Amino acid sequence: MSWKKKDLLDIRSLSVEEIGEVHAAARTFRDVIAREIKKVPALRGKTVVNLFAEPSTRTRISFDLAAKRLSADVVDFEASSSSFRKGETLIDTVRNLEALNAEFIILRHAAAGAAQFIAERLSAHVINAGDGAHEHPTQALLDTFTILQNRGRIAELRVLISGDILFSRVARSNIHALTKLGATVVLCGPATLLPDTFRELGVEISHDFEAELPKADVVYLLRIQHERQRAVYFPSIGEFVALFGLTSERFRLCKPDALIMHPGPINRGVELASELADGRNSVILEQVTNGLAVRMAVLYLLNGGQAPLEH
Amino acid sequence: MDQTEIRESIVRMASDIARKEPNYPHAVLLGIQKGGVPIARALAAELSSLSGRTIAFGSIDVSFYRDDLGQRLPYPEPTVLPTDINGRLVILADSVLFSGRTVVAACDALKDYGRAAAIRLAVLVDRGHRELPIAPDFVGKYITTEFHQKVRVRDDFVAVVTYPNPTTP
Repeated sequence: MSWKKKDLLDIRSLSVEEIGEVHAAARTFRDVIAREIKKVPALRGKTVVNLFAEPSTRTRISFDLAAKRLSADVVDFEASSSSFRKGETLIDTVRNLEALNAEFIILRHAAAGAAQFIAERLSAHVINAGDGAHEHPTQALLDTFTILQNRGRIAELRVLISGDILFSRVARSNIHALTKLGATVVLCGPATLLPDTFRELGVEISHDFEAELPKADVVYLLRIQHERQRAVYFPSIGEFVALFGLTSERFRLCKPDALIMHPGPINRGVELASELADGRNSVILEQVTNGLAVRMAVLYLLNGGQAPLEH
Repeated sequence: MDQTEIRESIVRMASDIARKEPNYPHAVLLGIQKGGVPIARALAAELSSLSGRTIAFGSIDVSFYRDDLGQRLPYPEPTVLPTDINGRLVILADSVLFSGRTVVAACDALKDYGRAAAIRLAVLVDRGHRELPIAPDFVGKYITTEFHQKVRVRDDFVAVVTYPNPTTP
């Protein structure tokens, strides 16, 4: 393997080959997590710190389990109960963790660039688990892996990403990953949540959800982030649902084999109708399982080695 | 070692296995990824024709069980177990036996899939220089090598090559 990076900070700086290496390793970890003993000793003796300065349940649990499945020791560090409250700076916090010999720091932080900031100052491996509205690289790696598992390829697929694009690090990471792998990405949402500047990322932009649905191979719905919304971005949830909610009625416009994806947690009945979330086309729970395999792959690759394997 | 010699070695190893392991028709042949997989396949085919019954064959990847992770980053390959190994005779197959570390990793990996009745080791080439207390049960050929040399079974399975040549005094 040719993986050389110390950290996983974003998708933007990854090559197609590097994305492919994560996917290849994730395939073998899918087998590991399906067997009776779901654990391998690859990271025995290593310490992984889950540093979540923003609340998160699924990503934190997924990283936690991924590290444990690789036999690492995991320390959870939550903002609410931590020294952040006492006014310690981020860099002091992570330097303390490194002084305790942590080899991996998984960081979720509200500030874009936080992961890169600490990665440049530490010898520990840093994984960005979401930094502000910037990137969430493991989410895009698991999403592209899920599409590959279902479709066998990503090139030439048309992926419709809809909803709250402006605030979405998931959208940004997926735009980079999908375009690198040769998909056509179409963004859709109210103009207030989807500024025209996104075109610079090499995507198409549409504000007509119903016109895009019949053409899409994948319909990727983003969560309306109530906690980040100010009233000014759209008049009401009702109006959003009326224009951009994937309802059963609208779903009839889709290709019969279109994949429905969502990074979770779902607002049932807002961006996605409940029966569709649980329906035949939904791969939402597969995304969760694949997330575990992909995060194991990322930890395994970052742990790395000085030389490639020779027989 | 040329194609004919490899062929003959496989046939001889298979008849050794049949003689020493009366239970061999119920054995599982597992090739250690990647070099051991074609050896396991060939042995399984040979044993199948000896017994008149299809011998189970699969592969085992040891990447995550190596003791040198951190120095090396092995490319993980699939582990395919054709059957439950609990209570079965498992015959591990590899192309070249050197330090013995890969075999130990394979035994560690196997433990996570179940408790085999017994594990045996079949290798096409034993090149010496063991670093761990591992001895093969079935060997195609012993080759004398220097530590720094490499021994490779060519992908097309037609020759075993040792390189670079030993330094002449």
